[in-house]
Amino acid sequence: MKDDISREERVDNLKGMGCSRKRVEDARFTQGKGNYVDDIKLDGMLFGDFVRSPYAHARIKNIDTAAALEVPGVLAVLTAADLEPLGLHWMPTLAGDKQMVLADGKVLFQGQEVAYVVAEDRYATADGIEAVEVEYEELPVIVNPFEALKSDVVLREDLVGEDGSIPDGAHGPRKHPNHIFTWDAGDKGTTEEVIANAEVVASESMYYHRTHPCPLETCGCVASMDKVNGKLTLWGTFQAPHAIRTVVSLISGIEEHNIRVISPDIGGGFGNKVGAYPGYVCSVVASIVTGKPVKWIEDRMDNLMTTAFARDYHMTGKISATKDGKITGLHCHVTADHGGFDACADPTKFPAGFMNICTGSYDIPTAYLEVDGVYTNKAPGGVSYRCSFRVTEAVYFIERMIEVLAIELNMDAAELRRINFIKKEQFPYTAALGWEYDSGDYHTAWDKALKTVDYDGLRAEQAQRVEDFKAGKTRKLMGIGLSFFTEIVGAGPVKNCDILGLGMFDSCEIRIHPTGSAIARLGTISQGQGHATTFAQILASEIGLPADSITIEEGDTDTAPYGLGTYGSRSTPVAGAATAMAGRKIRAKAQMIAAYLLEVHDNDVEFDVDRFVVKGAPEKFKTMKEIAFAAYNQAIPGIEPGLEAVSYYDPPNMTYPFGAYVCVMDIDVDTGVPEIRRFYALDDCGTRINPMIIEGQVHGGLTEALAVALGQEIAYDDMGNVKTGTLMDFFLPTAWEVPNYETDYTVTPSPHHPIGAKGVGESPHVGGVPCFSNAVQDAFRPFGNRHTNMPHDHWRIWRTANELGLHD
Amino acid sequence: MIPAAFEYHRPQDMAGVLAVLEEHGDDARVMAGGHSLIPMMKLRMAEVPHLIDLQDVGGMSDIDVRADSIVIGAMVTQAEIIDHAELADAAPILREAALQIADPQVRYMGTVGGNVANGDPGNDMPGLMQCLNAVFTVVGPDGERDIPAREFYEAAYMTAREDEEVLTAVTIPAPKGGYAYEKQKRKIGDYATAAAAVQIVRDGSNCVSASIAMTNLSDTPVYSENAGAALVGTSVDAAALGAAVAAMLDDIDPTEDNRGPVAFKNHVAGVILRRAIERAWSRA
Amino acid sequence: MSKKMHIKLNVNGKDEEFLAEPRELLIYTLRERLNITGPHIGCETSHCGACTVTINGKSVKSCTMFVAQADGAEVTTIEGIGGPDDLHPLQEAFKEHHGLQCGYCTPGMITRATKLLEENPNPTEEEIRFGMAGNICRCTGYQNIVKSIQAAAAEMNAAKEAAE
Repeated sequence: MKDDISREERVDNLKGMGCSRKRVEDARFTQGKGNYVDDIKLDGMLFGDFVRSPYAHARIKNIDTAAALEVPGVLAVLTAADLEPLGLHWMPTLAGDKQMVLADGKVLFQGQEVAYVVAEDRYATADGIEAVEVEYEELPVIVNPFEALKSDVVLREDLVGEDGSIPDGAHGPRKHPNHIFTWDAGDKGTTEEVIANAEVVASESMYYHRTHPCPLETCGCVASMDKVNGKLTLWGTFQAPHAIRTVVSLISGIEEHNIRVISPDIGGGFGNKVGAYPGYVCSVVASIVTGKPVKWIEDRMDNLMTTAFARDYHMTGKISATKDGKITGLHCHVTADHGGFDACADPTKFPAGFMNICTGSYDIPTAYLEVDGVYTNKAPGGVSYRCSFRVTEAVYFIERMIEVLAIELNMDAAELRRINFIKKEQFPYTAALGWEYDSGDYHTAWDKALKTVDYDGLRAEQAQRVEDFKAGKTRKLMGIGLSFFTEIVGAGPVKNCDILGLGMFDSCEIRIHPTGSAIARLGTISQGQGHATTFAQILASEIGLPADSITIEEGDTDTAPYGLGTYGSRSTPVAGAATAMAGRKIRAKAQMIAAYLLEVHDNDVEFDVDRFVVKGAPEKFKTMKEIAFAAYNQAIPGIEPGLEAVSYYDPPNMTYPFGAYVCVMDIDVDTGVPEIRRFYALDDCGTRINPMIIEGQVHGGLTEALAVALGQEIAYDDMGNVKTGTLMDFFLPTAWEVPNYETDYTVTPSPHHPIGAKGVGESPHVGGVPCFSNAVQDAFRPFGNRHTNMPHDHWRIWRTANELGLHD
Repeated sequence: MIPAAFEYHRPQDMAGVLAVLEEHGDDARVMAGGHSLIPMMKLRMAEVPHLIDLQDVGGMSDIDVRADSIVIGAMVTQAEIIDHAELADAAPILREAALQIADPQVRYMGTVGGNVANGDPGNDMPGLMQCLNAVFTVVGPDGERDIPAREFYEAAYMTAREDEEVLTAVTIPAPKGGYAYEKQKRKIGDYATAAAAVQIVRDGSNCVSASIAMTNLSDTPVYSENAGAALVGTSVDAAALGAAVAAMLDDIDPTEDNRGPVAFKNHVAGVILRRAIERAWSRA
Repeated sequence: MSKKMHIKLNVNGKDEEFLAEPRELLIYTLRERLNITGPHIGCETSHCGACTVTINGKSVKSCTMFVAQADGAEVTTIEGIGGPDDLHPLQEAFKEHHGLQCGYCTPGMITRATKLLEENPNPTEEEIRFGMAGNICRCTGYQNIVKSIQAAAAEMNAAKEAAE
């Protein structure tokens, strides 16, 4: 048998890995036919929403719901007192703490959930909320973690013994009632000694401000308790639907097989939709109480004020080096502001996430990291906003410390990076704080980046600009922002990583249909990353069926295999690996079927694009399509009918994507307005599955980085009021504020990942934030700037210029 | 975000509007495009038991460019200002300013009347109208009266318009000379950190008149007669610029907000004003 | 609750009549009353544009309009712009050039872009960025949105030329 198309055409027809396949999701999204949680409409559906605290710290003296219950359409008002008999007035957090579902005697942050009003429509709910009367007694407010550790105001009375003793927390001993944990990594003694005896030491303190992932769609859910069948269905904006099912089962007592969690289309997540929120619990309870479906959708203000802040790390560092710039040691201390409850979304054993990747891309022989978590009167959260757990903080820290060290050494910061990079031949490389980097070729990436942007030319131009500025010829300074980052993604090995005891593996289940098309289901859930497109590409290359014939389905816990979801760039490293492995199981069985059909031994056939061929006789083959049909219509001795496979993949290690970024910025010294002239981003995410989607991820991640670096923050006043509660003040850039980006790449595959892929969605954010920040800071370096904190909004940039005497 | 319930009125003429206003007094508010009022109602920061929608009231949607003045109906939108060729010739500063207000969608809905009437210190049109020495026509139970823009603003959201009066038109003496509307903001959709409206008339190398107002630097727009006077009779040289800026800084009274502290705003006010004057002068 | 009003709308060419409280926001009328769920709710304070529809020929943020104000209006949503059998060039271009990721802003984005191209059939990149500045996207960084709109404009202009 012969076919008339070339091997090349057969490869193209698959639309497998490496091609810029157009997205299959887009047909519905471009026609307004996406199905997001707020699009769900069920018969008799009720609406729930919260009465929220206007105060950041107050005791609740009384809640009067009588008037609210009189509002036409209002059916119920839940308070902590109603939830207590069910044991649901508090819930466990992902960080081993517990959190009030509804205010139990006091509130700890502005916007905290106090009562839950359920009514027939949104309007009645809103009117009901207005009618609930809550009597508060204000308490002293603490919004600064350093103050919290000195204060005798106890925020969490539930965590202090009656005798004033301080019992251990989930992560060990606590040293103050407002202290949550101390977590450390590395060799403290040696690090301190190395730094004490070093030729050069640079020290700096920096505050990585609080911000918020702010996806365009807020969080929400629809809970529907079918009392006849005893089944609860919960639709919601869940980045981890399976974990949510387990959590709901554990706290509600409903058996897990009676709970179906569905993540429909999700309008962006960026970490905001990983955690479990009071809205979910109250909606479930309200559905059980009323016997009707209940919808809860937070509004934008609620979203910014209550669900899932990110960052809020006060970091102090010391970095030591020889006189010629070889780094010898790194010390980092973090005071982490976790708000009123410790609800950080991190693997259980990592209360500060992977902050211990803070040695970055550099061969640093000794290092020590210590993190103190602290309660304050701010919202709980601490999620990974478009990054793996606390990696943005870690990379920002080291990329600023490098810049500060360069100043101390009076050395070019690009050169300082180059002489300290981990060398290609050192991989796999075990860092001083414990991680084993899988692969990298940093020098090649760095050289390519600097050459492309003409780094030396830029420095010369900058020097001329400084001269012109000093001569009064211009009021604009030029900054060159550099960053070289190493991410740590793909949590992760079950031996290290779990959330609430659930190992962080992921999964894929494949069914090949008789006619040679397929469906694959995964434990992850796309929020815009294009899984339905890219996972089909992985499979196409692995099993030789066209991607266009493969449906990818995620997010329904009744049908998809268990997985820990999508965040921390873990989908490709973990679920992508599971997909490849499940595909290989399909291929292994297909090989046996092919051999049977071709009447040769199993070992005498080999896979070739879309078929198995007899070795040495390529004209003898069976296509995968033929094999699929045979699997269902032939009685093959010793082989079960059908063609299905499932893989649960526990990765042996994380993956370590890296990249080299350069930003060129002009800064108006008089107004503080920055203008991004150029941004070059080189990413190495290992094997590239879909270049078009990779580029899109890079553009998006960089834009979120721009926002965070240049103005996006959740700011509080001294009374604990949120000052940035709407999109007037919370900075989301429009097309007008965003530049065009230049993207580039190198490819250094992961040696332990089945297809060598590393993940990319979060790299541009992780690498982008320090790059934008470094550009601002670099502009002022010639005038004595060492470090200024983000966000670099107009007035803070202006302040830097002002403090450096540039306005005289 | 759901507003409290209200009664909706959509009168067909001004008499109908005034009747509702008279009947409900403080409880009634007129609305044009609604893009200032509706968000406030949704946040339940404004309670409006009786909402009067002006969209069917005729006679307020025209732009009339005359020989020595321009009359703009209160219901004229920012988008209409931008698209009006004759107006762009006669008073280009209006287009330049309107393009810096909010975003395209909001400009389709946002009206000149709404922007000047509600007294929000963040709005751009009030300062601009003070610069242009506009006169606002309001109509009430006792008939029509004119109020100069420079006398209209009393405090944030407090104006010379009585509750039962409706602003119907803005009349601007035909502007002469060079112009500039310069605005610093954090992003599209933001109010000004500082904004300056400048109109300058030049004779040779001599400035013969100058009118200057600024936005969002006090609880009202700030028309500074002294700032304008500092330029008149000069060649708008460094000394004159400095004097104009100094005069303006005497007149503004910014407060700290998320855009920055007072020192920053004062500084930026000076920078923006200087740039606006320079640009207006270069066009004069 | 206040008195319900009799409202008439024409949405995507279809006449609709119903009773509604005047405070009902147009976005909820579309999404919940008429089951037209293409337009989305993002910020609720008229900053993000996810709820953008065309009303009487203008791009409007439907979260900032009461249904009472829209009484008598003609409304076009993404559903009225093109469907499986008659895709609008913008819908094609957004897919072709990866102008979307999570898809949440997309209906508002495309709806706004139809109007932009109607007013300016040949926009520069700068004009696109300025004309689309009322719509926020959190995923794409806008670069491919700009590209998509440029491609659609070229496509539409070519089609127009061919027809002439």
